[in-house]
Amino acid sequence: MLSAAELACFRGDRLLFQALSFAVNAGQALQIRGPNGCGKTTLLRILCGLTLPESGEIRWCGRALRAGDPDFLRELRYVGHSDGVKLVLTPRENLRIAMALHSVVEEAQLESALERLGLGQFMDVPCRTLSAGQRRRVALARLTLGSGRLWLLDEPFTALDRDASDTVRALIETHLAAGGCAVLTSHQPIGIDAGRSASIELTS
Amino acid sequence: MNGPGAGYAFVRLLERDLVLAVRNRGELANPLLFYVIVATLFPLGVTSDPKTLATMAAGVLWIAALLATLLSLDNLFRSDFDDGTLELMMLSPCPTTLLVLAKVLAHWLVTGLPLLVATPLLAVLMAVPEAARWTLWLTLLLGTPVLSLVGGIGVALTVGLRRGGALLSLLVLPLYVPVLIFGANAVGATAAGLPVTGQLLMLCAFLVLALSLAPVATAAALRISID
Repeated sequence: MLSAAELACFRGDRLLFQALSFAVNAGQALQIRGPNGCGKTTLLRILCGLTLPESGEIRWCGRALRAGDPDFLRELRYVGHSDGVKLVLTPRENLRIAMALHSVVEEAQLESALERLGLGQFMDVPCRTLSAGQRRRVALARLTLGSGRLWLLDEPFTALDRDASDTVRALIETHLAAGGCAVLTSHQPIGIDAGRSASIELTS
Repeated sequence: MNGPGAGYAFVRLLERDLVLAVRNRGELANPLLFYVIVATLFPLGVTSDPKTLATMAAGVLWIAALLATLLSLDNLFRSDFDDGTLELMMLSPCPTTLLVLAKVLAHWLVTGLPLLVATPLLAVLMAVPEAARWTLWLTLLLGTPVLSLVGGIGVALTVGLRRGGALLSLLVLPLYVPVLIFGANAVGATAAGLPVTGQLLMLCAFLVLALSLAPVATAAALRISID
């Protein structure tokens, strides 16, 4: 579904990786591992088109990808290193605008998404008053809505407690079972069964 | 995304930026306060003679409006860049130019529009001749959106830099000069009883040009900044 061929990337004049090739099939999760600063986040940003690689090509459903291709972006759900959450807005407002950038979403769907992530009581308080883990949940609530087939998740489990981690893991498994695919970075084992997941290791 | 979806995103983003502006009320008042303070201090510092004031009033008000806009520009993309919402915008299937336009429109509504509301009062304070007050207001109406639109390009280019403030002024001020010249000149011409259609049409042309090209340039600059 998603494949990368011969990717190379420099940050400044430091080589992060080169000749990196991999493929993710429908129903499969790919975990990117490696020490801090080895380029995991950069790789994810390259996959979604925010950063351009030095060389190499990314293919989606067999087509070479151009930056800003709307057909690809419609399929993409990205939860990046930063949450993309406005602190003066409430979780409901944050989710509403994040989803509006993709599609029209009903108010009731927003509420059930936030409840799913355990934010039922905090829907209408400013995110400033929420903890880091709760803000992360607001960002992750985006995953429960819409129908993106490709999920790119940068450290999705950071700051989450065990319950929330389980919820997110369950979300990912449902997504994979429905024929989606996911690429995520994480230091811990992600706990998705080996038949469904693969991993690559970046070295610094 | 098809038509209605993109329009929906535009409206929602505009709405969000207006809500943000209202919740950050302190920042909202800054440009207006700056504009009013300059216009109030000028007669005190220079002269209170209406004749002398009248000759420079248009220029002073125009410069104050220009600097007030410049001061508020950095907010346009800074917080979105810092908290990652800019990434979400760039990854939206809607055209980035359209989303940029929504943000610039919100910026004008919260900075340009209050200046326009305050202008008639300040024009009296600065002894702008009665015949020229309407022209002054009209030039600001046509000019301030250009300031926001062109400023957007500068902010988009500098948002990734740690200290972009000085660079932003250097990039943007030369592009503001034509607007300032035609705007202030029209007011002077009206006061002297000359026709000003030419200047007003020039300002209209600037506005159309900025409206059609600036969002494209801003979107491209954001793409570079976010890399």
